[in-house]
Amino acid sequence: MITVCGKELEGLEGRTIVEMLKELGYKNTYIAVEMNGEILKRENYSSTVLKENDRLEVVNFVGGG
Amino acid sequence: MADILKLGNHEFTSRFILGSGKYSLDLIKAAVENAGAQIITLALRRAATGNVANILDYIPKGVTLLPNTSGARNAEEAVRIARLAREVGCGDFIKIECIRDSKYLLPDNYETAKATEILAKEGFVVMPYMYPDLNAARDMANAGAACIMPLGAPIGTNKGLCTKDFIKILIDEIDLPVIVDAGIGRPSQACEAMEMGAAAVMANTAIATAGDVPAMAEAFKKAIEAGRAAYLAGPGRVLDKGASASSPLTGFLAD
Repeated sequence: MITVCGKELEGLEGRTIVEMLKELGYKNTYIAVEMNGEILKRENYSSTVLKENDRLEVVNFVGGG
Repeated sequence: MADILKLGNHEFTSRFILGSGKYSLDLIKAAVENAGAQIITLALRRAATGNVANILDYIPKGVTLLPNTSGARNAEEAVRIARLAREVGCGDFIKIECIRDSKYLLPDNYETAKATEILAKEGFVVMPYMYPDLNAARDMANAGAACIMPLGAPIGTNKGLCTKDFIKILIDEIDLPVIVDAGIGRPSQACEAMEMGAAAVMANTAIATAGDVPAMAEAFKKAIEAGRAAYLAGPGRVLDKGASASSPLTGFLAD
């Protein structure tokens, strides 16, 4: 099981970040990804492979003051 | 000579920082243009999936993005949000908000100063939102803040310059741009802040809750420019007692 933005998801183990983003319907531009509390550099999205119990956050900008 | 607002190594001619919260994406471009704003604030949140519009597609090119750390309750959370915001790839500016009071949304100056120190060392242009306290403002300055952003009134209230006297003290004593943030509800209040010597005004709710968002953005622009011009011109003195005739006191017809 892998947790993405607080949702527990099955079947993502072995996917890369790029594949995960695509599969879940995230855009791959103007986002940041945090994995197990560490910020992932964009250049590592295609080489980083998800494993059991990984925790991810995918964030972007929204309107705010 | 151009009247420049300098934040970090960046220079701006507009002194109106516009918030982007609480109104439609379709109005953002017109609001930015009518405001003449060169800086717009944003928040960082969990991304939505699917074919959702991205606010960045609605902000005119060349406008500097100022992400805030809203949602942070302490320095650690603010630092986390700031680093993520920078990773999105839109620059080094960060407006620090550390808020653990959910009723009045008052900033925690101590945590804000801690976050300021960490992020300034990491090369961010740090703009701390704070309660207007002189000692805390000195802490922000010593921690490497690029400016200070004292509140006029609690966030989103449109109450105006409730903290006026204390903001004046900061303007007198702190050798950084003082940008009045939060609570400014009317162009007249923004103008007053600028006349006092504020370096800039940030507004969001005043615009977002106006009947006509782009028109109010323009009204604020004019007020901020007028207030700045008045400050540079040097406002005339105030007489506590009596009066001072503006017309000559000689040559009356009755003489």
